Amino acid sequence: MLLRLLPGDPANALISVGADEAQIAAARRQVGSDLPLAQQFLHFITSLARFDLGTSFVSRTSVLDEIMARLAVTVPLTLLSFLLAILIAAPLGIIAAVKANRWYGAAISVISQLGIAIPVFWVGILLVTVFAVNLRLFPSGGFPPQGWSAPFEALRALFLPIVTIAIVMSASLLRYVRSATQDVLGSDYLRTARAMGSGFGEALVRHGIRNGAVPVVSILGIELATTLLGAVVVERVFALPGLGSMLLLAIEQRDYPNIQGVLFISTLLVLLIGFLADLAQRLIDPRLRERSGDRP
Amino acid sequence: MSRRQSWAGWGAGIATALMLVLGGAGAQAQDADPSAVIRIGSLYEPQNLDNTAGAGQGITEAFNGNVYEGLFQLMDDGSVEPKLATDYTVSDDGLTYTIKLQPNVTFHSGDPLTSADVKHSIERVTAETSKSSRKSSLSTIESIETPDEQTVVIHLKERSISLPYNLTYVWIVNDAAGDLTTSADGTGPYKLDAWRRGSSISLVPFENYWGEKPKNGGVVFNYFTEATALNNALLTGAVDIITSVQSPDSLAQFKDNPAFTVSEGASTTKEVLAYNDRVEPFSNVKVRKAITRAINREQLLRSIWGEYGTLIGSFVPPTDPWYIDLTGVDPYDPESAKQLLSEAGYADGFTFTLDTPNYDPHPIVAQFVQNELAKVGIKVNINIITANEWYTKIYQARDFEATLQEHVNHRDIVFYGNPDFYWGYNNPEVVELIASAEASATEEEQVEKLKEANRIIAEEAASTWLYLYPQIVVSSASVSGYPVNGLNSQFFAYDIVKRAQ
Repeated sequence: MLLRLLPGDPANALISVGADEAQIAAARRQVGSDLPLAQQFLHFITSLARFDLGTSFVSRTSVLDEIMARLAVTVPLTLLSFLLAILIAAPLGIIAAVKANRWYGAAISVISQLGIAIPVFWVGILLVTVFAVNLRLFPSGGFPPQGWSAPFEALRALFLPIVTIAIVMSASLLRYVRSATQDVLGSDYLRTARAMGSGFGEALVRHGIRNGAVPVVSILGIELATTLLGAVVVERVFALPGLGSMLLLAIEQRDYPNIQGVLFISTLLVLLIGFLADLAQRLIDPRLRERSGDRP
Repeated sequence: MSRRQSWAGWGAGIATALMLVLGGAGAQAQDADPSAVIRIGSLYEPQNLDNTAGAGQGITEAFNGNVYEGLFQLMDDGSVEPKLATDYTVSDDGLTYTIKLQPNVTFHSGDPLTSADVKHSIERVTAETSKSSRKSSLSTIESIETPDEQTVVIHLKERSISLPYNLTYVWIVNDAAGDLTTSADGTGPYKLDAWRRGSSISLVPFENYWGEKPKNGGVVFNYFTEATALNNALLTGAVDIITSVQSPDSLAQFKDNPAFTVSEGASTTKEVLAYNDRVEPFSNVKVRKAITRAINREQLLRSIWGEYGTLIGSFVPPTDPWYIDLTGVDPYDPESAKQLLSEAGYADGFTFTLDTPNYDPHPIVAQFVQNELAKVGIKVNINIITANEWYTKIYQARDFEATLQEHVNHRDIVFYGNPDFYWGYNNPEVVELIASAEASATEEEQVEKLKEANRIIAEEAASTWLYLYPQIVVSSASVSGYPVNGLNSQFFAYDIVKRAQ
C-alpha cells in the first residue's frame, strides 16, 4: 500500500520516449493504475484469497511461476551458505570460547569482529577478483541457462556466492556460538558433570553443546530469514537470477504484482523458518516440550 | 542480395575469398567453428518478448533481424534494405505502396508467410493497445489490402517518405500466433529456445530459414545488472562479446590486451540538457544560448569518456542523413554567455532545478553543469529522480524546469516538430519543415528540409546537446563479424563467427 504512494507509475515501464497520450492512457488502463487506490487494493486482496498472485504488469508472466523459478536459485544459495556458515562458526565459536586464553582463541574472536564489519559486496568482489578473474577457478557470475539440469555447472556458479554469504554470516554466528558456549562453561551442571568424573571434552559434548544450542538455534532462524532476501546484494554482484534481484527490479519498475508476490512468499517462508526453528528447539531441549505441554 | 550469394559460396572453398571481400574477416573465417555458440553479454534484459507491449530496447537487441524480420531492414551502416519484401513500387502521388513478398518463407512454427500475416503485423503496431514508440509514425497508414498471398498494398492518407524506414521496426509475426509476450513466432534465422528471466535468452538456428543460414551454432544473450559483473564475465571467458560498454573506466583492462578487441562504432545516443521551453527563463532563446556557451562540453566529454564519444551541435548524429556540423553555433565562451544573460535581463543570474535521473552518467553530468553555470552566476539545484519518476513528472506532467536525459533513437529530430513534446519547443517554422519533410516526394527534398530544421533548432538552442555517447563493443579476439554501430540498439548475430579452439 505505502509503496503506491511513491512517485512513479507501473505504466511507465511499458512506454518509451515517443509514446503519445493515448498510448500512455492505454498503458495505465492495462496495469490498472488509473483506478482509485482502494479499488486496486481490494482487487489484490480478493485475488490473494484465491491464492492467485496475478501476472506481472511488465513481463505479463505469472508471478507465481517466476517466483518458483527464482526460488530454484535463492533457496539452494541460502541453505548451502547457511550450512557452510554453521560448519565454520560452530567449531570455531566453541574453540574461541574454550581456548579464550590462548592466542588462537583470541585471534578467532578478533577476526570474527572484522568479519562483521566487512560489507558483503566487498567480500564478493574480492573473491571474484581472486578466484574468478585471476585464478579462473570459478565463474565470475551468472547462472547456467540450463539451470539445475546442469547440476555441476549450477553448483560451480553458486560456489563463490555461497562462500561470500557464509563468510559474512559465520562471523556473526560465531559470536553467538562463542557467548553461548561461555555461558555453558560457567554453568553449574557442567561443573557437576566434571565433579562426577567426566572429562572436560566429554562433559562439553554431552551437556554443553545441547544446552548451548538452544539460544543459537533461535538466532539461526532469524539469520536464515534475513539471508533469504538479504542475498539481494550478493545476487547483484554475481548476476544471479534470484528472488532478491526480482524484488529489486520490481521496485524499480513499480511492478506491484511482482513486489506483492515476492513479499507474500518470503513472509510465508520466514514464518515457516520460525516454526521449524521452534520445532528444532523443542527437539533439542525436552524442558521446552514439557513447559508447553497440555495443561488442564 | 549479397548475403545470399555469399552463402552459395560458403563452405565450397571460395568462402574465404568472399569473406575477405565482404567483411575483412577472412583470416578468422578459415578456422571458424560453425557449431560454436556465441555468448553475448548485455545490460538490457527485455521486460517481455513483444516490442508492441513495452519490452524495452533489450528486445530489439535480441530479436530484430535474429528472430523477427521486417519488410525492410535497417542495416548496421544506416541504409534501409528490403528484407521480407523483394520489391516495391510507389504510385506517382506517393500514397500507395505495392509490396511483393519474399517467396517460400516459413515461420518457426511451420506456417507459411502470407500477405495476411503482414497486414496483421502492421495493424498490431498501430492498434489502440500498442505501446510501440513508433506507433505515431505509422499513423499515416489509411488501409492495407492483400490482393493475393504474395502482395501487400498499403494506402496512405498523406505522403510518407520514411515509410520503408518506419517499417523496419515492424516485426512480421504469424497471425495465428497468440500472445507474444512470452513466446515468439517469427521468420528470422534463429528461433527462440528459452528465456530464463533475470538471466538469459537462448536462440538456436532455424533449420528451415529462407535465407542464408547463420554462421554460428546459436547465440545466448546473458543479462547482467552490473557493468562490473559483465566485464568480469568477458575477462573470464564466460561471454564472448559485450554489446555496449557503459562504464568508461573498464575499457583500460581490455584496450591494451591482445586477447580482446575494442571497436568504436557510430552511436545515436545523445546526452541532452533539455529545458522546459514553455517556462521562464527558458522560453528566452538568449538564456538557452547563454547556458550552452557556459558549459565546456569538450571537457565534460573527455572527463567522462576519455578519448571516446563525439561532440554534437544539435540533436542530429552524423549517421542521420540530415546531419550538418553545428558544433560552432554556440561554442564554449563564458564571457559571451554573461553578455547574453545580461541582454536577456538576467545580469545577476537566476536559480533553477535540474531533474536528474539517478543512473550514470546523469548525476556526474549534473554536477559538471552545476559548476560551470555557477561561474556565470546561475545557481543549479540538482534533484535526483528515478527513471520511473522521470516519465511521470517530466514526460507526462511536464512539471520541470530542466532535465537530463539520454535520447537513443536514430532519426528522432521529429520530436522538435511536436510542440506537445515534453520539452515544449514550439517554432511554427520547424513544425512546418518537419511535417512537410515527411510529405516530400524525394529523399533529396526531405534531407534539404530536415537540414534546415536542424539548423534552426541549433541556432535557437532548443536544448543543449552535451555530447554523443560512443558505441563501444568489446569482444574476445576469437570472435568477429558482429555489428559495431548497433543502430537503434539492434545486434545482428547471424554473421558472428568464433575461431575453433
